[in-house]
Amino acid sequence: MNLPDPSFLVIQSLSGLTYAMFLFLIASGLSLIFGILRVLNFAHGSFYMVGAYLTYQFVSYFINSPAHFWWAVLFAPVSIAIIGGIIERLFLSRLYVREELNQLLFTYALVLILGDFAKIIWGTGQLSIPRPVILKGAVKILDQYFPEYNIFIIFLGLGIALLFWLVLNRTRWGRIIRAAALDREMLGSLGVNVRWLFTLVFSIGAWLAGLGGALVAPIAAIVPGMDVEIIINVFIVVVIGGLGSFWGTLLGALVLGQVISFGILVLPRLAIVFIYVLMAVVLITRPWGLLGKPSPR
Amino acid sequence: MSKQSWLLIIIILLLALLPLSESRFYIFLGTDILIMGLFAMSLNLLLGYTGLVSFGQAAYFGIGAYTCALLMKKASLAFPIAFAAAPVSGAIAALIIGFFCIRLTKIYFSMLTLAFSQIVWAVVFKWNSLTGGDTGLIGINFPEYLDSSARFYYFTLGVVVLSLFIIRKMVDSPFGRILTTIRENPERTEFIGIDVRFFQLLAFMISGFFAAISGALFGIFNHSLFPDLLYWPMSAEVLIMAILGGMYNFFGPLVGAAVILYLRMLVTSYTQYWPLIMGTILALLLFFFPGGILGFLRSLRPSNRGGR
Repeated sequence: MNLPDPSFLVIQSLSGLTYAMFLFLIASGLSLIFGILRVLNFAHGSFYMVGAYLTYQFVSYFINSPAHFWWAVLFAPVSIAIIGGIIERLFLSRLYVREELNQLLFTYALVLILGDFAKIIWGTGQLSIPRPVILKGAVKILDQYFPEYNIFIIFLGLGIALLFWLVLNRTRWGRIIRAAALDREMLGSLGVNVRWLFTLVFSIGAWLAGLGGALVAPIAAIVPGMDVEIIINVFIVVVIGGLGSFWGTLLGALVLGQVISFGILVLPRLAIVFIYVLMAVVLITRPWGLLGKPSPR
Repeated sequence: MSKQSWLLIIIILLLALLPLSESRFYIFLGTDILIMGLFAMSLNLLLGYTGLVSFGQAAYFGIGAYTCALLMKKASLAFPIAFAAAPVSGAIAALIIGFFCIRLTKIYFSMLTLAFSQIVWAVVFKWNSLTGGDTGLIGINFPEYLDSSARFYYFTLGVVVLSLFIIRKMVDSPFGRILTTIRENPERTEFIGIDVRFFQLLAFMISGFFAAISGALFGIFNHSLFPDLLYWPMSAEVLIMAILGGMYNFFGPLVGAAVILYLRMLVTSYTQYWPLIMGTILALLLFFFPGGILGFLRSLRPSNRGGR
């Protein structure tokens, strides 16, 4: 058996890292929403998909501007955040008094509705956008080439993780959000408008999913079905790391990224089985995830 | 006999007369409704009666379907044996998976049922030599004596009526009462000396048993099987059927299956955007009729006791 080439291993782990950053962006939004609102948002994959489609739309709209991609990355996630906020405000907020199952099913209804809206607007064909001009090149690592755009994603992902952590742990707003995760009644009686806070948190979560969709658009096929596919992987990430745990989400994304990246090479047949086994094993042994805390309830 | 039993007998008789319409369309739809109805009823044993939200019911449906079809196709076993093996394998799979799942509660329970059903899906999807993988398992033939749509309809009707009769007897028995007690309050049930996990596991296994029967029927009915049958949206769909009909009514899931399949038949002849319609129905249901169709009808009755 010949040993794999080290440069090949590096490239492979970098691809895994790139995918992990997308997973992290989306999963951190899902985890944030679950941590505060206690709603497991099935539609998070749909926000990601519509984010990618909107990016395509904005790129076509700003096509004459040299920075068309960057305009799209700015506007598409913000649109998703607004859509998310409206959905939370008008519909989801009315279901908080009900059993958890009702909220879960409502977000599943959104998956069906948004999926078909995307088909109606953008068709069932495969769409794509070019990579932004300044990141078109590739970097030589050892003796292999790796796309600049992917390197940009890795740094951006880590940057957003850091920023996210700073906001949550070092600002007043972060303190309020963390307090809402612990005791929303108490927070309300301290004078914080919890209803608006929930809408805001849902919007931020949706924005993160939309950002994931916007950033993936240049390197993935934008097709119907990307919502259903990603949401399961995102569930795996938050389950492995721990629902509601920030560092857990990052760890879960990194683990799943590498498992997918290498698993497909080593054991193409078993890799896909393995990731679900991993999910089941974590749930059985530590239902609250590797870095999560057992729920007091 | 009570008014309800008479109504039931009349409905069964009407269903038995359906093939006389000689409409292939209605016989086909009727068979489909009976099969999916049984599937939804099997889920409701967990959902409505025991209070366990399983998000992986498609696994047992698929296991039943593939067991029956593979035994006929690859092992050349006679249909009755292959068909009888399906619920056994469904129950065994549910026993093993349930053993782990019932240790968790709420969202974690749902997540673990989802994880296991995805494992089963991935195995079926990737095990090309056995299951045909993505291309599916095609050319599953009816046994000769069932080889007409009317005959297969009667066979399905017989199996489903018998299954529902057994499920009804179970939920009306002390066993069924224990399940609803667990649903209402697991902690208190534990306090009065009932082994909650044991009964949850039993319900999980019985649910897998009947899901596998419906799966076996489904495979033969369609002459073909695809891994999509076990993918998670299938579990979501059957959950919606149960909730649409009314999970706190015995026949709710069957009604839900009938409504969804009938609507789908209608809608898909006009537009391909059935998921959009179904999503809208689901959302409306959650906001305006949280008790499902039968829950809503019951609330209209003047003698309504407000019970579940």
